[in-house]
Amino acid sequence: MYTTELQKSDSKPVAIKEPQELIDAFEARVAADAFIEPKDWMPDAYRRTLIRQISQHAHSEIVGMLPEGNWITRAPSLKRKTILLAKVQDEAGHGLYLYSAAETLGASREEMIDALHSGKAKYSTIFNYPTLTWADIGAIGWLVDGAAIMNQVPLQRTSYGPYARAMVRVCKEESFHQRQGYDALIVMSNGTDEQKAMVQDAIDRWWWPAIMMFGPPDDNSPNSAQSIRWRIKRETNDELRQKFIDATVPQVHLLGMKVPDPDLKWNEERGHYDYGALDWDEFYAVVRGEGPTAKERMEARRKAWDDGAWVREAADAHEARRRLKAAA
Amino acid sequence: MENALFSYALRLGDDSLVLGQRLSEWCGHAPAVEVDLSLANIGLDLIGQAQLFLGYAGEVEGKGRSDDRLAFHRDVMAWTNCLMVEQPNGDFARTMARQFLFSTWQKALFDGLAASKDARLAEIAAKAVKEVTYHAELAGDWVIRLGDGTEESRRRMIDGLDWHWRFVEELFQADAVVETLVAEGVAVDPAGLRPGFDARVAAVLAEAGLPEMQLPRGVVGGRKGHHSEHLGHILAVMQHIPRTYPDAVW
Repeated sequence: MYTTELQKSDSKPVAIKEPQELIDAFEARVAADAFIEPKDWMPDAYRRTLIRQISQHAHSEIVGMLPEGNWITRAPSLKRKTILLAKVQDEAGHGLYLYSAAETLGASREEMIDALHSGKAKYSTIFNYPTLTWADIGAIGWLVDGAAIMNQVPLQRTSYGPYARAMVRVCKEESFHQRQGYDALIVMSNGTDEQKAMVQDAIDRWWWPAIMMFGPPDDNSPNSAQSIRWRIKRETNDELRQKFIDATVPQVHLLGMKVPDPDLKWNEERGHYDYGALDWDEFYAVVRGEGPTAKERMEARRKAWDDGAWVREAADAHEARRRLKAAA
Repeated sequence: MENALFSYALRLGDDSLVLGQRLSEWCGHAPAVEVDLSLANIGLDLIGQAQLFLGYAGEVEGKGRSDDRLAFHRDVMAWTNCLMVEQPNGDFARTMARQFLFSTWQKALFDGLAASKDARLAEIAAKAVKEVTYHAELAGDWVIRLGDGTEESRRRMIDGLDWHWRFVEELFQADAVVETLVAEGVAVDPAGLRPGFDARVAAVLAEAGLPEMQLPRGVVGGRKGHHSEHLGHILAVMQHIPRTYPDAVW
């Protein structure tokens, strides 16, 4: 879905001093926008930061399947059902490429999933809000995937090759999701009064969490400078947030709906929208795991994993036996 | 027989839609991401088939009912899917046992239907048979993997197959609708599919090291609207929004 730095760095001081000439060569390659590939030398902190960021991104894709999955069985037409099922399937696919990209850095899938289930690894705060009506599915596609695209487009040029290539594919699919989400809301906005009310209500509930997806304001985003130097991040949180708001406000108006921000107004001088203060206490509470559906999301993920343990064991046992037979 | 073609297209659509709906319940909850992907994939194929069959049924009927109208505005008695597809997912072994039996049958059926004298049915079946061949292979692989996996997976696969054996007979039943259309070269005679189905099932069970099947007395009724207790709950969930807002377009 998207990524922003949510976890505190778990870096421990590096015991072995890394050779300066390797560091210099690495920094020079990154500064020249060259890709770093799995077998290339890289500083340990770069590796650990990337594992954290990519696995958090993967977890967001996987947990993100749940709020939308909540509506697949209830989609109001066969066409919408197939679109939604295909979208959630795409997210599973994104999770898979991202886990694979993190594996190229030496992280194992089990370790990453354990970190998610133990609460050590974070995922996007947006998925800890509930999907209450069908309009939420449109709003997620349009706003959440839209915010994700803003975040991820620059990552197509991120310094780590496997991550950049995963992002190219992810971005293509996310743009498709965004259009489909907006299309669902256009149809509803031209529909009955009840449908229009659902759309406005969905915008009211998803607007602020969506613009919080870009992460804390720049003056409170301690890891940004290093991440930007390493090309792990290419634009600041506030720059991306502004871009998203500027692009999205006219789309809200096109639906005949209102943005739930009384302070929002076009600033001719800046050439941007000014917007109201974000409730960062709410954001940090959700990061801490206090979002309204955080417990449901984690319970569902743990249950799927635990209930599936016997399947994974059986697949391994069968594979081992098959190899033994083939070797005999 | 009046409207036999409508009834036939409808039941083919109902089979696919109900099973697609069941598989979509797994989404986000499967044993591994790869499995989530493949279950969603099969579900998508099935719902796509349902759109084609139900759309065609509506055209044949000629009363202006669309695929959505047929999917979201019929109650239990008007559904004619087989009982197997409406069974709850149970654990992953039970889901895969159902998929293996159903897709193996559906593949044989669509292979035959691709040569139907009804051009539209033939066209839909020819497209779908490629998908269904993959479903049957994938599910067969899981029957083997779980049958030949651990003691627990073997026990669960035996239980999963045991749940579904009673619904096999219904797949091969011919009623007046089928008989009429078989005589016209439109439908496939289900009796002719049986030997191939039995052989394929026996081969997979043997490879999985699972006991041969002893088919119990068949439980039937789906084709005439007499379902298990489960279908009403599926429809309650699936139809909730269109039924609540009957004038809305989505």
